[in-house]
Amino acid sequence: MSKHFARKYLREEVLPSTFCPGCFNGIVINAFLKAVEELNANLRKVVFVSGIGCSSWIPSPHIKADSIHTLHGRAIAVATGVKIVRPDLNVVVISGDGDLASIGGNHLIHAARRNMDLLVIMVNNLVYGMTRGQASPTTPIGLRTTTTPYGNFELPMDVCRILEQTNANYVARWCISNFFKLKDSIKEAFFMRGFRFIEVYAPCVTYVVRYEGKTAGEKIKELFSTCIPRELVDKAPQGKKVIEVGVFKKEDKPGYIEMYSDYRRSIA
Amino acid sequence: MPFKIDIDKELCKGCGICTSICGRSAIRMESGFPRLVGECVGCRLCEFYCPDFAISVEVIV
Amino acid sequence: MREFISGNEAVAEGALLAGCNFYAGYPITPSSEIMHIMARELPRRGGNFIQTEDELAAINMAVGASIAGAIAMTATSGPGFSLMQEGIGYAIMTEVPVVVVNVMRVGPSTGQATKPAQGDLMQARWGRHGDQALVIYAPSSPQEALYITYRAFETAEWLRTPVIVLTDEFIAHGREVVEYDDLKPVKRRLQTKPEPPFGSEDPTKVPPLPPLGEGFNVMFTGSTHDEWGYRDVHRQDVHFRLVKRIWDKIWMNCKDLFLYEVYGDEKADVTFVCYGSVSRAVKSAVDMLRSREVRAKLLRLITVWPVDWDVLEKEIEGHVFVPEMSLGQLSFDIERFSKVRKINKVGGGVPIYPSEIVNAVMEVLR
Repeated sequence: MSKHFARKYLREEVLPSTFCPGCFNGIVINAFLKAVEELNANLRKVVFVSGIGCSSWIPSPHIKADSIHTLHGRAIAVATGVKIVRPDLNVVVISGDGDLASIGGNHLIHAARRNMDLLVIMVNNLVYGMTRGQASPTTPIGLRTTTTPYGNFELPMDVCRILEQTNANYVARWCISNFFKLKDSIKEAFFMRGFRFIEVYAPCVTYVVRYEGKTAGEKIKELFSTCIPRELVDKAPQGKKVIEVGVFKKEDKPGYIEMYSDYRRSIA
Repeated sequence: MPFKIDIDKELCKGCGICTSICGRSAIRMESGFPRLVGECVGCRLCEFYCPDFAISVEVIV
Repeated sequence: MREFISGNEAVAEGALLAGCNFYAGYPITPSSEIMHIMARELPRRGGNFIQTEDELAAINMAVGASIAGAIAMTATSGPGFSLMQEGIGYAIMTEVPVVVVNVMRVGPSTGQATKPAQGDLMQARWGRHGDQALVIYAPSSPQEALYITYRAFETAEWLRTPVIVLTDEFIAHGREVVEYDDLKPVKRRLQTKPEPPFGSEDPTKVPPLPPLGEGFNVMFTGSTHDEWGYRDVHRQDVHFRLVKRIWDKIWMNCKDLFLYEVYGDEKADVTFVCYGSVSRAVKSAVDMLRSREVRAKLLRLITVWPVDWDVLEKEIEGHVFVPEMSLGQLSFDIERFSKVRKINKVGGGVPIYPSEIVNAVMEVLR
C-alpha cells in the first residue's frame, strides 16, 4: 500500500483537509512539496507565514513545519520581522490575492521595494473564497460574485506586472495547470536572495469554476490552453482570452538582509 | 512496467480531478471514488494533481 | 550615569538597557525621537532597526521579530496606536512579548499633534476586540520613564504579553536630570524540548516560547487554539480555557504588577487620584494644601492596568479629585469608590496648574 508522496511532510491528524472538494490549494501544496523533495530541502529551516483566507491554510496546519498564521493582510510584515531576526531561516509566505494584494497591498509593495529576502507565493483564486465569494482586486471584468451580482465592472490589477516594476529579484506567474513549471519555479526561487514572488492562477472552484458550469478537472484542462507562455502571447488568436504565464523578471541583486548587514558594517 | 493506483478513501473527496487529468483516460469514478479501468503508465499526474493526497501510483510487483 | 535628557530619550535608554534588539516603527509626533535614537543605536550594537511603511507593519514586524526570538518594541502616538490595536490583539492571543510605547497627544483623530493629553487610557485598556487583557505602565517623568520602560520589557518576557508604556508629550519632550545604573538585559525564555506553548495546567505558569528552526513544528495562530497551537473554532471549552488563562495571567498577578505611590498625608480629607505628567502638578498642589493645614494625599497610579482595586478601596477617602488631561476616563474607575470631582483640561499644551487644583479643592472645602 503506497502513500501519496506529500503525506510524509503533512500533519496527518488534520487530514482530510477542510478545503472544498477539488480546491486547487492542495495542488499548490503538492507542487511546493515536490520542489522540497527534489531540492532535498530541510523543512526544519523553513518558516511559513500566512494571513487569512483559504490559501493561507496551505501551510497552517497542513505542512509539518514552523508556521505563523497571522492577521489578514499582515503575513508579509510578520515574515519580514522573522527574516530580519533569523536570516538563517528560509521564510516563505503563502497567501491569497485578497490577503496579499488588497488589505496587504502596502506590505507587498514595500517588501518588493526593499527586495526583502522572502519567498511569497500568492494563490490567486480571483475572489475572496473563505468569506463566500466576494470580488477581489484580481476579479476579472464581468465575473458575477456575491458583491458584483450584476457582473464586476471594476478594473482588476495584474500583480505580477506591478511587482515587475519594483526592486524584486524574481517575479513569475503560473496557472494551477502548470504543475511542473510551478514546481520548477519554486525550486528556482527557493534559495535565491531578495524578494521572490510567484503567483499561482487558480480560480476558486466553489465561487468561480462552479458558476462556469465546470468541474475542477475540466477547469484544469481548459487552463492548459488558456495559459500561454509570455513569449507566445502575441501569437495567440485575436480576442482569445489568455492568461500570461512565465517569469516576468529574474535578477540576483543583494536582498535587504545583505544590504542591512553592509549598512551595519559601514558604521565605523 | 505495470502500474496501479492506490486510493485512500478516508482522504478522497471524490472531486474527480484525477479522472480529468489522466492522459490515458484510465480512471473512472465509481461510487464516488476513482477506479483504474484502463492502463496506467505511471506518469503520476493524478498524484500530483490530487488536492487531497488521496491517490498514489505504485509499481505492481 | 547622570544625564539631562527628555522622556523620549529616557524611554529609548530604558529599552536599550533592557536589551531591546529590534525596533520597527513609523514616524509620528511626538514619539519619533524614540525611533531616531533606536535608528542610531541598534545598528551600532548589532541590533535590528527598520522604519516601516505604516503602523500596521510596525506592530506586525515587531511581533514577527519577537516570535523569532528578538526583544522587540515599537513606539507611536494616538493615530498610530489606533492602527496597532489589531496587531496588539494578535500578540495577546499568541502570547508574544512586545513593548508598545504610546506617547499620548491631543485627540481624537489628528487632534493637536504636538500637544500632550491623557485621552488614550480606555483605549489602551480595551482597544482590542474580544476578551483580552494586558499590562499598561504610565510613568510621570523622564526619570521614571527610563526604569518603567525597562520594567515593561521584564514584564513582557515574564508574562508573555504585550506591555504598553503610556507617556504624553510633556514627558516625551520635557527634560530633566535622569540618573540610572547599568541594568541586566532581560532574557528570553525558550523551550529546550517541545512542550505545549499555549497553556499549562497551572494558570500562574507561563510556558516558555518555542524556538523557530529547531524542528518543533510550532503553530502560531490568532484563531482560538489548544495548548499545542492547533486551531479550534468549534469547542467552547477550548476557547474559554484559552481566553480565561490569558486574562488570569494578568489579573492573578495584579499584586505584583500594580505599581503605585501614595504621596502626602496617610490619613487625608482630600484624595487625588491620577497618573502621568499631571501628577507633578498634583504633588505641588498637595504640598500647597498641606501648608494650609489641609490633610491631602495623592494616590498616583504607575500601573494603570491591571488595577488593584483593594488599594483604591483602602486609600481613597474624603473628598476625591481626579485631575486628567482629558474629559475624564480614569474618573470612571474612581466613581465606583466615591463621589468624584473631575479636574479636566485638555488641548493647547496648557497644563493643569497646581493653583487651579488648589482652588478647586478650596471651593469644595469652603
